[in-house]
Amino acid sequence: MSETAELNDFRAEVRSWLQTNFPSTLEGVSPAMEGDEHGAQAAELARWRERLAERGWGVPTWPKEYGGAGLDHAQARALAQEMGRVGAINPIPTLAGMGATMVGPTMLEYGTEDQKRRHLPGIAAGTVRWCLGLSEPNAGSDLASLSTRAEDRGDHFVINGQKIWTSGADISQWCGALVRTDPTAAKHKGISFVMLPMDQAGVETRPIRLISGASPFCETFFNDARADKADLLGELNDGWNVIKRLLQHERQSQTSAGGPGARTEALQDIARRYLGVDADGRLEDADLRSRLTRHLMNAAAHRLTAQRITAEAKGKVNVSAAASIMKNSATNVAQERAELMLELMGHQGLGWDGDAFSSEELGAVREWLWGKAISIYGGSYEVQNNIISKSILGLPETTQKD
Amino acid sequence: MAALTEEQTLIRDQAKSWASEQSPVRRFRELRNAAVETAYWPESFAAMVEMGWTGILVPEAHGGSDLGYLTFGLILEELGRQLAASPLLASGLIGASALRLGGSDAQQASWFPRLVDGSAILTLAVDEGPHHAPARTALAASRDGAGFVLSGSKTFVLEGMAATDLVVAARTSGRPGDHAGITLFLVPTDAPGLARQRLITADSRGYAQIRFEQVAVGPDAVLGEIDGGFPLLDAILDCGRAGLGAEMLGTAGASFDLTLDYLKTRKQFGKVIGSFQALGHRAAGLFTRMELARSCAEAALQAIDGNADDRAELCSLSKAKVGDFLHEMSCELIQMHGGIGMTDEYDAGFYLKRARALEALYGNQAFHRERYARLLGY
Repeated sequence: MSETAELNDFRAEVRSWLQTNFPSTLEGVSPAMEGDEHGAQAAELARWRERLAERGWGVPTWPKEYGGAGLDHAQARALAQEMGRVGAINPIPTLAGMGATMVGPTMLEYGTEDQKRRHLPGIAAGTVRWCLGLSEPNAGSDLASLSTRAEDRGDHFVINGQKIWTSGADISQWCGALVRTDPTAAKHKGISFVMLPMDQAGVETRPIRLISGASPFCETFFNDARADKADLLGELNDGWNVIKRLLQHERQSQTSAGGPGARTEALQDIARRYLGVDADGRLEDADLRSRLTRHLMNAAAHRLTAQRITAEAKGKVNVSAAASIMKNSATNVAQERAELMLELMGHQGLGWDGDAFSSEELGAVREWLWGKAISIYGGSYEVQNNIISKSILGLPETTQKD
Repeated sequence: MAALTEEQTLIRDQAKSWASEQSPVRRFRELRNAAVETAYWPESFAAMVEMGWTGILVPEAHGGSDLGYLTFGLILEELGRQLAASPLLASGLIGASALRLGGSDAQQASWFPRLVDGSAILTLAVDEGPHHAPARTALAASRDGAGFVLSGSKTFVLEGMAATDLVVAARTSGRPGDHAGITLFLVPTDAPGLARQRLITADSRGYAQIRFEQVAVGPDAVLGEIDGGFPLLDAILDCGRAGLGAEMLGTAGASFDLTLDYLKTRKQFGKVIGSFQALGHRAAGLFTRMELARSCAEAALQAIDGNADDRAELCSLSKAKVGDFLHEMSCELIQMHGGIGMTDEYDAGFYLKRARALEALYGNQAFHRERYARLLGY
C-alpha cells in the first residue's frame, strides 16, 4: 500500500472516531492555563480528555507503552488537521504544563525505564501537570550561572535556592529543576537535572503579576526540598546536556506563530471592519495596508517554512537544528500581528475593562502585552541569534566564557 | 530544500557542478568585458540544450522531459549562484510556459521541438515603460484582413537581443490600464518593421528596446484568446516570477556564502570579524530570512506544478519575499566586506547590480505586495 493510501486510511479512521467521540459542544473549547475547566463543561471536557488519552492521541508521537500512540510525524499532522477541521482541541499539552512538550520528550531520550513508567503515563493522560525550575533571579540568559544547590544525602538530594519565571508552579504536581550538584566544578559541569514533587513542605510558590494582568509565572522557593535520587534525569553533573536538549524541545514547541486549532478571523477581515475600504476595495489607510501586507507575507513565509521542515524530515520526528530560526521567526510574526491588531483597532484596542469594549478588543490588548514575553522566554531573541551564529553558521564564540 | 526525488537530486547536482566548473562568475566577468551584444556565451547555452534543460517544461510527446517547475527552479538557483548568463529562463521557462498555457496543438507542435533543440529562442515582450505594468499595454494590434498589424514599442525585453521570436502583449481593444482588450501574438524578431536596440544596463545582461512599425502577422500568430489575453499573460508572468524567485534565491545564497566566508577569515583588532556579536547577529538574521525566502520560492514553484488555487498569491509572495531578502543581502554583502567589496576586481559588485535588476523584473517587491493585497481582497 502506498504511503498516501495508508495516510488516507488513517485520516478516515480519525474522522469516524472524532464523529463518535468528540462532542460538538466542545468546538473551540480548550482548558485555560489556570486549570479552570469551564464550569458546566468541566465534566464533558474531562470525558473528552479521557477518550483522547485512551487512544494515546494527547501525545500521539510517543511510544504506546508510555501512553502515546506511536504515530509518525505525517500521521500526527493528519491527526492535528482532522481535529482542527472539527474544532477539536487537544487539552492534554495544556493540562500537562511543561510535561507533554518538554519534560516528556527529554525523558524519552534520557530517562531510565523506571522513570518513564512512573512519569510519562500521567503526562500522556493530562492528569499530572509539570513545571520547570530553570531561571533564577541572577541567572536569566546566562542560565549556567545558576546557584540553587542540591546536597547529596544518600538516596536523595536536599535542595535550597530560588527559581523564577516558573510557569504554572502554583498549580503543578511535579517540577523539573536545574540544580548545582558540584559547586567546585566549572560553571557548566556541576549542574544536574532533578525532578521533585511540588506538594511538600520545602516548596513554596508565589505568582508574579505581569503587565498583561495575568500571572502564569511564579517565584518558587526551595527550603530543604527533597528530590529522590531515582528522579535524577540523566547522569549526575551532566544536567547541562539534558537541559540543552530540553530547551531545543522548548524552542520547537514555541515555533508556532498561531495557536494550533485556533480558528481566528483573518487579520485583513478585521482591518476592513475597523478601517473601511475605498471605492476600489482598498483599505483606507495606505500605510497600514502596506504594513499589513508585509506582515501577512511574513506570516505566510513562516507557515511555509514550518511545512517545509516537516516535509524534509520525511515523517521522522526530529528536533531540527532550525528551531532557533523558527523561534525567532515565530516571535516576529506574533509580535508584529499583535502590534498591527492594536493599531487597526485604534482606541478600541486599548480598552482594559468594561462594556465599552468587545471581548475581542480586551483580548487584543492582553495578547499584545503578553506577546512581549515571547522574545524573552525560552532563550531570548539575542540568545537564539547567538545559537544560530555559533552552532549553525560556525562563527566563533561571540561571548566570553568564564 | 524541498524533499526532492532522486531524479531532481541528480539534476540539481549536475547543475551545481556544471555551473561552478563551466560557468563560474569568471565567465560572466569575461562576458561583461567582451561586451557581447546578445549577453551570453553561445557555447554555454548549447551545453544547457545538450543537458536537456530547455526541455524540462516541454511535454514528452514534443521531445521534452516534462519534469516541472520545481526541477527547473533547482537549475535556475544554481545558475543564479554563479550569475550564469543565458536565455534559459526567458525561453526555456517563460517561452515554454506561454506555449504550455496558451498554445494551440498546431503551435505547440511547431514550437516545442525548436525550443528544446535551441534553434528558437522565444521571449516575452510585455513592458513599455520603466515599471512593470502588464495591464498598461498600449502597443496597438489592429485587424488587417485575416491578420493583424502591430505598432508601438516594448522595452526591457528580457534576452530581447538573443531572441528569434517574441510573445508580444498587444492591445486589440480597450485602453491602457484595462485588463480586457489584451491579446498575445507570436512574432519573429526578423519581421519587417521590427527594429531592436540593445539596452546597456548595470547588470550587463541582455535587454532590448523593440519598435514595431506596421508589423504584419497572420491569424495563426494569435496565442490564446483575442481580447481575453490578460489572464494568460498573468499566468505566463507568474511562471516567470516563480523562476526568478529561484534564480534570486541562488544569487542571494551565493552572496550570503561569500559574506559568511569573509566573516570567518577577515581579521581586525586581532580577531576574525565574525567573532563580533554585532556582525554575528546580523549574519544570524540574514540566515533566518534566507530560510524563510527559500520556503516561499519553493512553494511558488510547487504551486504551479500542482496547479494550486493560490498559485498567483504564492508567486507574488515569492517574488516579494525573495526580492526583499536579496535586496538586504546584497547591501550587507558590500557593507560587511568593507572597501574590498567596492572594487570592480572583486565579484561582490556583480551580485549587487544583478540583485536590483532581478528585483525589478516582472514586478518589484512593491508591485507584488500591492498584487498580494488585491488577491487577498483588501
